[in-house]
Amino acid sequence: MLNLVALILLFPLIGTAINGLIGKNLRKETVGYVACGAIGLSFFVSILVFIGLLLLPPDARLFEKQLFSWIESGSFKSAAGLQVDPLSTIMILVVTGVGFLIHVYSIGYMHSDKGYHRYFCYLNLFTFSMLLLVLSNNFLLMFIGWEAVGLCSYLLIGFWFEKKSASNAAKKAFVVNRVGDFGFALGIMLIFLTFHTIDFTEVFSAASHGNFAAGNFTITIITLLLFMGATGKSAQIPLYTWLPDAMEGPTPVSALIHAATMVTAGVYMIARCNVLYMLSPFTMTVVASIGAVTALFAASIGLVQNDIKRVLAYSTISQLGYMFVACGVGAFTGGIFHLMTHAFFKALLFLGSGSVIHALSGEQDMRKMGGLRHHIPTTYKTFLVGTIAIAGIPPFAGFFSKDEILLESLVRGNFIYWAIGALAAFFTAFYMFRLLFMTFHGESRVEHHVAEHLHESPKNMTLPLTVLAILSFFGGFLGIPGASAISNFLSPVFGERGHAEISGTEAGVHHNAWLPYLMMVVSTVIAIAGIYLAYQMYIKKPELPKKLAERFSLIYKLLLNKYYVDEIYDALFVNPTKIMAVQLWKRVDALMIDGSVNGIARLVGWFGNTLRYLQTGYIRNYAFYIVVGCICIIVYVALGK
Amino acid sequence: MITITHYLVLSAILFTLGVVGVLIRRNAIIIFMCIELMLNAVNISFVAFAHYLNSMQGQLFVFFTMTVAAAEAAVGLAIIVAVFRNKETVNIDDINIMKW
Amino acid sequence: MEAYLFYIVATIAVVAGVYLIFEKNPVFSALYLIQTMVCIAVLYILLEAQFIAAVQVIVYAGAIMVLFLFVIMLLNLNIKEEAKNALPFQRIPAVVMGIVLFAAICMILKSKLLQGKHGEYTTAYVNTVGNTKLIGNLLFTDYLLPFEITSILLFVAAIGAIMLAKRKL
Repeated sequence: MLNLVALILLFPLIGTAINGLIGKNLRKETVGYVACGAIGLSFFVSILVFIGLLLLPPDARLFEKQLFSWIESGSFKSAAGLQVDPLSTIMILVVTGVGFLIHVYSIGYMHSDKGYHRYFCYLNLFTFSMLLLVLSNNFLLMFIGWEAVGLCSYLLIGFWFEKKSASNAAKKAFVVNRVGDFGFALGIMLIFLTFHTIDFTEVFSAASHGNFAAGNFTITIITLLLFMGATGKSAQIPLYTWLPDAMEGPTPVSALIHAATMVTAGVYMIARCNVLYMLSPFTMTVVASIGAVTALFAASIGLVQNDIKRVLAYSTISQLGYMFVACGVGAFTGGIFHLMTHAFFKALLFLGSGSVIHALSGEQDMRKMGGLRHHIPTTYKTFLVGTIAIAGIPPFAGFFSKDEILLESLVRGNFIYWAIGALAAFFTAFYMFRLLFMTFHGESRVEHHVAEHLHESPKNMTLPLTVLAILSFFGGFLGIPGASAISNFLSPVFGERGHAEISGTEAGVHHNAWLPYLMMVVSTVIAIAGIYLAYQMYIKKPELPKKLAERFSLIYKLLLNKYYVDEIYDALFVNPTKIMAVQLWKRVDALMIDGSVNGIARLVGWFGNTLRYLQTGYIRNYAFYIVVGCICIIVYVALGK
Repeated sequence: MITITHYLVLSAILFTLGVVGVLIRRNAIIIFMCIELMLNAVNISFVAFAHYLNSMQGQLFVFFTMTVAAAEAAVGLAIIVAVFRNKETVNIDDINIMKW
Repeated sequence: MEAYLFYIVATIAVVAGVYLIFEKNPVFSALYLIQTMVCIAVLYILLEAQFIAAVQVIVYAGAIMVLFLFVIMLLNLNIKEEAKNALPFQRIPAVVMGIVLFAAICMILKSKLLQGKHGEYTTAYVNTVGNTKLIGNLLFTDYLLPFEITSILLFVAAIGAIMLAKRKL
């Protein structure tokens, strides 16, 4: 069954081809069926592959399939090969599973859009690229997938390209990602220079059995460069600014690409390269620190945003920060576990917000919502599940994964990581319930003409919501402390490194058996505190937020304007680059390059214009020149000898 | 005693006269005759060299030169006739449309 | 005796050449050219090239120059041919260039460039076989290919002349 792995890639590609080439002439139903069918089949094959992998003994769970030899140039060889192991299997299940639900949802959400076939073509292409990214068995093929998801992200953010803000956001996402990809590409080159191969298996075995001491300088540089790519793709400080703007795209896209799958590529990549990262303590510290700072930073911005999707976007950045903290302290399993649960509940939240926006005819401002729970009950219920899950109330999915990360950061990292993480968790619970209360509870602030059209979303939209809600509820049981299925499953990839030593067996010497249970209580209390605060502020005393905003207007403004990071980037990087580009264009290109090219042409023209007067048309004149030439030759010959 | 140099100098003089004639005359036929004069001047050198070097090649070359001169005269004069028919002149200063 | 003959004939040839290029009437020019050619034929005899001398008179002075005269008369050119002189300023430079060219050729003559191998056809040998017979032998043995090519050349020239001179192609 493992041999079927290539089919997983093939189906979305076929879907892309059909919808991209002839989708314009197909009926809308057909386009939707083709796209969903492709992903559905892909998901089915993924399950088969997963079963096939489970049938193998845990130590032999690594299957590589060479498709074809791709580049052979001197000592550089790169084959197009796929790799199936527990890590990539989890990723393909998440990508195709969540992707399938979002495809189904999109049929309802996009039904009246004129770019219907284009949308599904991009969406299938994205799924293909993402699967390529997670299934490849070497860095180069992974980079291809990496770039291709970036391209799809660009295309889908700018899907409504007639809107200036959408096309600008798309460009911003693309350019910011380029910065990270630059580092990633350099990292791959350095890997090739160091290991003389870019195959995962060979590189990692060379790294683990090779002569690389911990803290090796080259390895540190490699991992830092790879991490630079991860910060771009996974929206970490300093390259996170594109993700909030990416919400200009259709909401299902935000759910699939900018919450559930693509943005987690960075986490996946670091988990994949865990051997390299474990060799470099310095990089690990950097990863954990940046993750922690991002988690808190983004969560604090999320506190005051009013756009429903932007709150979710900052929440995504914050949750990604958690995953990086987990990776940074060496708890790769925790990172991947949170990646998975986050994919469930964040996709659910985004799709739920999409349902709200759909119901309100495109309104995204939470100040113009409220009291919607009676109008769109299914959306409300599922949204509530997602909110509780992200806030971290047991036994919902988010509780287990977040709790594991917090515990690991305390055990393996230090108190600071934990404190930041806990604060961010408090913020998360607060802003998510603020969102819930502002949207679904309280008095309706919906504008009159919108309120008349209020309606629950169609079945094909609510069904994915329900499925995701179930997953958000039960997903966490895969990683129950002490009997963690996901941890056992992933152990061949991460080895001893990734084990969550929750039971306190080997490395867990500095904590006691009661610590996990204490942590559970603490994180639950934190979450409940956040929820209570939100309840007090937005249900009991709705006038309180305004007072607070006036009281602490400086902080409020700072948060509302996202710490002015965009403005700072504009001033520091964007505008100088623009000025430089304009100068280069006007001075160098228009003046020097064009000038010299035109100048040469003009010089030749001038020469020709002048010299043509030698062509008098008089034969005797020509004869005269011939005679002069002959004399010169004769004199030359006579003098030369 | 007449040496080869005498003949070569004579050849040079006649050749130069031909060149000057080509450069200063405007009648196409006379220019043509000047070219014939130049050919003859070269022929003198050929025969003179042949004589003083005890070789026959020079004479044979003169034979071929004459053949070429005959062919050239036939074609050239036909061109002049054709041009005259079109332009009513053989003044080559009137035939100057091949220019910028 | 030989030397005197050379000087006399050479002088006549040069004077006729000068007249050729300065004569206004083309008919006279042609006659001066015939004069030069006959003088050259005499020089060929002095150089013991009897066959070439005969061909010079027959082909050049006879056939080619008659063709010239024929064309001159056919076109009926009047003496005032020099109606348009587009390059009056070229006259003096042309003469100067002629002198320079002559000087340049003399430089070549003075240098050691013009030297050749002595062949086997000494005067005595040529006289025993006969000049015409020798040339004939060589033309049909060693120089057969060039000789045949000249036949093609003349053929093409004949066709070309007819094509050019025809009124309607």
